[in-house]
Amino acid sequence: MQRANVDIRSLRIGFGGLKVLDNLNLHVEASEFLVLLGPSGCGKSTLLNAIAGLIDVKSGEIHIGGRDVTWAEPKDRGIAMVFQSYALYPRMTVRKNMSFGLQVAGTPQDEIGRRLGEAAQMLRLTELLDRRPFELSGGQRQRVAIGRALVRHAGVYLFDEPLSNLDAQLRAELRVEIKRLHARLGATMIYVTHDQIEALTLADRIAVMQGGVIQQLDTPKMIYRAPVNRFVASFVGSPAMNFIPGSIARDGGAAFVAGTSRFSLNGYVFRGPPTDAPAVLGIRPEHVEVTASDDPFAVPARVEMVEPMGADSLIWCRLADGTAFSLRHDADAPLRAGDTLALRFPPETLSLFDDKSGQRL
Amino acid sequence: MRLSLSSRLSVVLALLPALMVMIVVYIGATGWTVWMSLTNSRMLPNNNFVGLRQYESLFGNDRWITSVHNVVIYGVLFVSLALAVGFLLAVAIDQRVRAEDTIRSIYLYPYSMSFVVTGLVWQWLLNPSLGIQHVLRSWGFAGATFDWIVRPERAIYCLVVAGVWQASGLVMAIMLAGLRGIDDEIWKAARIDGLPKWRVYASIVIPMMGASFATAAVLLSTAVVRLYDLSVAMTNGGPGIASEVPAKFVMDHLFERANIGLATAAATTMLVTVIAVVAPYLYWRARKGDIR
Repeated sequence: MQRANVDIRSLRIGFGGLKVLDNLNLHVEASEFLVLLGPSGCGKSTLLNAIAGLIDVKSGEIHIGGRDVTWAEPKDRGIAMVFQSYALYPRMTVRKNMSFGLQVAGTPQDEIGRRLGEAAQMLRLTELLDRRPFELSGGQRQRVAIGRALVRHAGVYLFDEPLSNLDAQLRAELRVEIKRLHARLGATMIYVTHDQIEALTLADRIAVMQGGVIQQLDTPKMIYRAPVNRFVASFVGSPAMNFIPGSIARDGGAAFVAGTSRFSLNGYVFRGPPTDAPAVLGIRPEHVEVTASDDPFAVPARVEMVEPMGADSLIWCRLADGTAFSLRHDADAPLRAGDTLALRFPPETLSLFDDKSGQRL
Repeated sequence: MRLSLSSRLSVVLALLPALMVMIVVYIGATGWTVWMSLTNSRMLPNNNFVGLRQYESLFGNDRWITSVHNVVIYGVLFVSLALAVGFLLAVAIDQRVRAEDTIRSIYLYPYSMSFVVTGLVWQWLLNPSLGIQHVLRSWGFAGATFDWIVRPERAIYCLVVAGVWQASGLVMAIMLAGLRGIDDEIWKAARIDGLPKWRVYASIVIPMMGASFATAAVLLSTAVVRLYDLSVAMTNGGPGIASEVPAKFVMDHLFERANIGLATAAATTMLVTVIAVVAPYLYWRARKGDIR
């Protein structure tokens, strides 16, 4: 199976007067698993459809496996695609669904049989080959749709929100299956989702998109740890990142001040020289630590509500100036509403954003 | 739910007219028709039971045999052609054409005309000395011949043409609704699979449109059974008896030829035929639990 890279150069796509993508560049390495993540309407599906050749581009180039396929038919691009609604051919058996495209393309019978058997075995579909889609569960249907993509032996596999129609448990199962498939095939995969868990678990790299623009293209770890702007910070992570408005104190030792609370910034890596403009401090709930009350950097906060989540609890607190935020804490800790906590905000886990532009400082 | 006596009474009163119509008009009239077919009634109904004698003479009647023959030809051709033409029109409109609304209205327009008007229009068009043949000859195609309506062995096909022209628009509307119900992602998947468009229609879309085809076929079939006015308006059963149809046979014998016994025997035969076709289908649907 060939592994193709994908290269997108100054891509523009619009419908009528509406610009969906404007001058977008993206390079996907061969064998890479790239996730396009973003809210609905951010252009991620449009980008995927353009790579597939299902919508026309206004300008720009799309190269797959080093070949310019900007104006090639979908079938000639060396791609395969899996859809959100499965898009199986309803009156055909599983076997026929998977083999029909190859048959029409004139692939020899024994080759079709070989590929079919291989894909069916990989996706545990062997028992289901003679069933029709309406006799299958949602998870099985999506496995068939993946199987139909696999038999094409494509260089690039495209997934358009493939798990969004499934319930939570099936979604988790199939997610693992797709990850295993990628490890086994080593094929290039581009995967569109609005689910940040899917993105973080599956991706080699994530491209977070908003308004037709890639906001950040990085590894899941960096997207999570060092979001480049407030949009990325708030879109990725559940429970969501806390944002505390305030400003950076100028007095010698860098610190962030919000009302009467002071947060040490000793160890925070600034991207540029810090200014004293209004800023927003971001910290993920699991990074806030409970500390001894005599810790010089401790910030006092009052517990307002405790949300047990099984493995741990989400504690909702308020700072002295009334700013609400949450932290993750041991589920067994005897915390109640009204308790006062001393908290530490480890500087290396913080994110600072400019209040106006929302860019990381 | 328990209803008080007065509200129960009002329910009964409200349903009574419909129930009376049902019992008297449909079941009553049908029963009376069947009974009349077993008597020797001529101009006025009587109750002289003669067994199946009317049926014997019915199936010895050339005009009836021709009528049955014609309705079979008409039924098969009309239903299949109207389905085919209607489907193709719907496919044509589904290609995201401009002015779709206008074209759709034009296609549907013939359906707004009664069979009598349709019949008259086509009678003129097909009339050799007035219509298409005349126009072609006056343009200089001296050999042009289009005289099916005056040729006994072809007249019934003229009825088919007019019927298909009238009904295709309706089929188009039903089919278009069916086509629009097909998920866009199926089309995308087919494009990725590299299937040519005709192949997608033939192998994927048509099998998915069973419900649309069934609806259209049922509507067209009822039009076949009650085929009467088209024959009256277009050919009046002619030339000779070449384009007679069963419903016309019934009407003529009932009101013109004063032979109630024979007319009701023909009507009963039509009813039995329809039941014989529909009953196994209904039984099969019920058994299947109606999976689309």
